[in-house]
Amino acid sequence: MAEEQLHLDIVTPDSTVLSEDVEYVGVPGAVGQFGVMKNHIPFLSALAIGSLYYRKGGSNTYVFLSGGFAEVTPDSVSILAESAERAEEIDVQRAKQAKERAEERLRQQKEEVDQARAEAALKRAIQRINLKERQSGSSH
Amino acid sequence: MASLKEVKDKIASVRKTKQITRAMNMVASAKLRKAQGRIERFRPYAEKYYEIMGDLSQGVDSSAHPLLEQREEINNIAVVLVTSERGLCGAFNSNLVQTATNFAANRVDSGQNVKFYCMGKKGAKDIKKSPYELVSDHSDVMENFDFTLASQIGAEIIHAYTQQEVDEVHLVYGRFVSVIRQEATRLQILPMSQEGGEEQSGEQSGEQAGSKAEYTYEPSVEGILDELLPRFIKVQLYRGLLETSASEHAARMTAMDNATRNCDDMISNLTLSYNKARQAAITSELLDIVGGAEALKG
Repeated sequence: MAEEQLHLDIVTPDSTVLSEDVEYVGVPGAVGQFGVMKNHIPFLSALAIGSLYYRKGGSNTYVFLSGGFAEVTPDSVSILAESAERAEEIDVQRAKQAKERAEERLRQQKEEVDQARAEAALKRAIQRINLKERQSGSSH
Repeated sequence: MASLKEVKDKIASVRKTKQITRAMNMVASAKLRKAQGRIERFRPYAEKYYEIMGDLSQGVDSSAHPLLEQREEINNIAVVLVTSERGLCGAFNSNLVQTATNFAANRVDSGQNVKFYCMGKKGAKDIKKSPYELVSDHSDVMENFDFTLASQIGAEIIHAYTQQEVDEVHLVYGRFVSVIRQEATRLQILPMSQEGGEEQSGEQSGEQAGSKAEYTYEPSVEGILDELLPRFIKVQLYRGLLETSASEHAARMTAMDNATRNCDDMISNLTLSYNKARQAAITSELLDIVGGAEALKG
């Protein structure tokens, strides 16, 4: 039996990244990953920097998210993210460079604000790289 | 009457000006299309955001978060003024500056102190000449910006607000009504008035009045508000930036269209006086010849 579907929207200030009916969504919540299927209770959560995945027709697709919220209603999930990229859009080279830059900045130990920013940048870079690796791993 | 050559040169120069204004009109219309596209792409995000804000503000008390709280004593006002980087767009920038300074003058009269945050060169230039304090000036940003700019300015404002440096924040931007109409608009963004939030979410919040019932919040209502409210400021700023940029191009289009039309008028007037001058020259030459012939006869 086909699973019941729910509607997944991922929007960012610059575009609508995704709008599809899916079977399952795994969301990187601020206090941990959570899964959503149809008829979930209404739910509002902050997001962590990480990757979301959704299942549709038996295959998983990953999307990188950084910051924002998820609004869950019984038949839909809306993600409002600061930025969102599908796995194939991720530029690993750039992420690696960003990672190095962030690490370099963290080593220098400057102001607190810079520290926080560098840490966030590092986190984003690591998550992007991880996601890319996972996606290419799962497709083999 | 001006000599033939003078008029001819004048016509040539007006023609060149016309070429320029027409080109600028076309560039502005291409840029306007792009800016409108960005507004379109931003809309789903903004609408969803207003919807969530509307849902949330219903169940939340105004003392739940510092950004919602109305301060009892309002001493310092911040005005965020968004203008364009370049001129040649009619009265667009001066309208914006006018709206902002009128508001400021009003507040100064009631004993409050007004500080300006400017985006775009044109506004900053005028505010520097005015008696008001210019706290921060972001120039050369309007030509090419993304959400990061709104984030950065939002963070700056929220910082000033939470440090009690300012007690109220207003945004002045060019609201894009249509290609022929742009309005300089003022919007209070801090402290957030809950009515404002609902008003903007408008129909959506009405429609769902029944279904919004109970949300579960994670990590907690406060945690969510901590994330949601500051970003809401940024969303509003971003919208202001996008609209101002669309308005700027629309205003420039109209201004350049008028200029092109004026050039046409000037060319036709000048052509007329050129022809008159030419005719006058011919007539006087003829008179000379006729007069000469008459003299020979006699």
